[in-house]
Amino acid sequence: MPHTRPYHSIVLVKQVPDTRNVTGEVMTKDGTMNRSALPAIFNPEDLNALEMALDFKDRHGGTLTVLSMGPLQAAEVLRDSLCRGADQVILLSDRKFAGADTQATSYTLKCAIDKIGPYDLVFCGRQAIDGDTAQVGPQVAEKLGVPQITYAESIIEADEAGIVVQRAFDLGTELVKCTLPCLLTVVGSANQPRPASARKRIEYKLAAVPAEYPGLLQKWPEFGSEELLDKHLTERNLKITVWSAADLKVDESQLGLAGSPTQVHKVSYVVLETSESKDIPATPEGVQALIQELIKEYIVG
Amino acid sequence: MTERNVWIFIEQEDGKIAEISLELLAKGHELAGTLGSQVWALLCGHEIGDLAESVIQHGADHVLVVDHPELEIYRTLPYSRVAADLVRARQPYIFLVGASPVGRDLAPRVASALKAGLTADCTDLQIGEYTSKKENVVYKDLLYQIRPAFGGNIIATIVNPKTRPQMATVREGVMRRHDPDLRRKGSIENITPVFQPQDFALQVLSREMREATVKLKDAPVIVAGGAGVDGESEFDLIRQLANLMGGEVGASRAAVDAGLISREHQVGQTGTTVRPRLYIAAGISGAIQHRAGMDKSNKIVAINTDPDAPIFQVAHYKIVGDLGEVLPLLIRALRERVK
Repeated sequence: MPHTRPYHSIVLVKQVPDTRNVTGEVMTKDGTMNRSALPAIFNPEDLNALEMALDFKDRHGGTLTVLSMGPLQAAEVLRDSLCRGADQVILLSDRKFAGADTQATSYTLKCAIDKIGPYDLVFCGRQAIDGDTAQVGPQVAEKLGVPQITYAESIIEADEAGIVVQRAFDLGTELVKCTLPCLLTVVGSANQPRPASARKRIEYKLAAVPAEYPGLLQKWPEFGSEELLDKHLTERNLKITVWSAADLKVDESQLGLAGSPTQVHKVSYVVLETSESKDIPATPEGVQALIQELIKEYIVG
Repeated sequence: MTERNVWIFIEQEDGKIAEISLELLAKGHELAGTLGSQVWALLCGHEIGDLAESVIQHGADHVLVVDHPELEIYRTLPYSRVAADLVRARQPYIFLVGASPVGRDLAPRVASALKAGLTADCTDLQIGEYTSKKENVVYKDLLYQIRPAFGGNIIATIVNPKTRPQMATVREGVMRRHDPDLRRKGSIENITPVFQPQDFALQVLSREMREATVKLKDAPVIVAGGAGVDGESEFDLIRQLANLMGGEVGASRAAVDAGLISREHQVGQTGTTVRPRLYIAAGISGAIQHRAGMDKSNKIVAINTDPDAPIFQVAHYKIVGDLGEVLPLLIRALRERVK
């Protein structure tokens, strides 16, 4: 039996520092990151989550909301989401959210999802490359009181009874059937994310949060003032919604650093060195001597 | 003060206890020794009662056995129901879970239900104190949850000062398991789980798991290739060398991402942590996350065209040269020795 109402999917995405390019001093003294020192990117597996949600929408219809928590600069990943096909985007941004561990993050996301309203599917990337914890997805699911399907690789089918999903691990696969609503965490092998469409890039080039208005006015002075720009964007549905703590029904003691049960005790830089080392010339004689030494020391049989 | 017990989640499939669970029993034994408390194991499944003795032999003092048909195959909701209910009732001080696909699915769900702090993918655990400057309070005997962070460039020590249990998932292969002590005594307690209808929202239709075919962890010799390996034919030289040495083939993340070899072969913080007798790093530049997964090897040979490659910082034998020349030389030298 087919699903009778239009589906509503929510995708959780994160802007992350590109930890694959770490250089210089990027850690602050309290052990948190100085994000501005690294290029900010769309978390790779969140793109796979968005693609799975878009593909689901292509096949089964419905609407798609993308939600992100982060500083105002994270509006960039939401603009990107619009250009890839999201119907609606929301940024959760407030100093009170800062320094959150996975527990406080998942609590904040849960409160925002409650405000968004009814949904069938929540998609997230398996993990974010800045923390590699893979905890936020399952913790959001628990707080929402819905089942979770981690390591999701593809949605095989969907009907009134729920969805059938293939999960993928390093050493195998699993096929599961689950009722809706539920939450999926998506692995990188799931799909090839579609690029932003050229048409939508033009359509959403002005999509912005109010904090970005001064920059937009510099580029397009013809809008005149922030008030007029705001009116223009609001009328065209291009103003990116920003929710602060005050917009959500939250217990403030569970937000941010103060609401995080885990605390950073110490951070040390990794220094790996060996005491003695030998240079081996890349010649037949050099290599032969090396093999003989390894054999003599019973390292090679 | 409560008992400060250390709990270990025992992961099992088809009646076989996961390696990581045995490693955690050994670590739990050490931590409980420091705390003057006991190691409790949580063993869930169906028809798994005979595993309890083995769990004791590997370090548990007390085993909670939850044997139920609904627990035969791992599913998030029934398992997290059992674990969260038992933790609430018995209040362990520490709860450790393997950082396997099962553990990384279960632990965050349970931690969320308990509002407990959880640290992912730890590579070391210790007991120590923590001073909260904000509160001006010293917390004694906390669990130091030590893990690489930020692409492996730093090692962070995380604590949960206030919430209990202190939860962590732990990476396989970084801690040593004990050999079973057949004379070790412990107690076994059978628990009857209580489920709710919503715990069965998900059904497993089919499951295909295969045994790990790559035994990196126990290999005496590992020959590993990286981004500097020029295509598949040069990677075949690495395989040849590994075979001649009776070893396994390893790889850096770059080689795996380039599709030269499957992820099972990946060495490093996001792959397998290894400490073989001999590690040959061929064309591996030595990103920190790779080095941290192999720098405890007994002897390390590094081959790289770049004399400033970071891999040379951990190498005992440095060969600056082209793989296409050096690998055949190594192969020939070995063959001549074998003759």
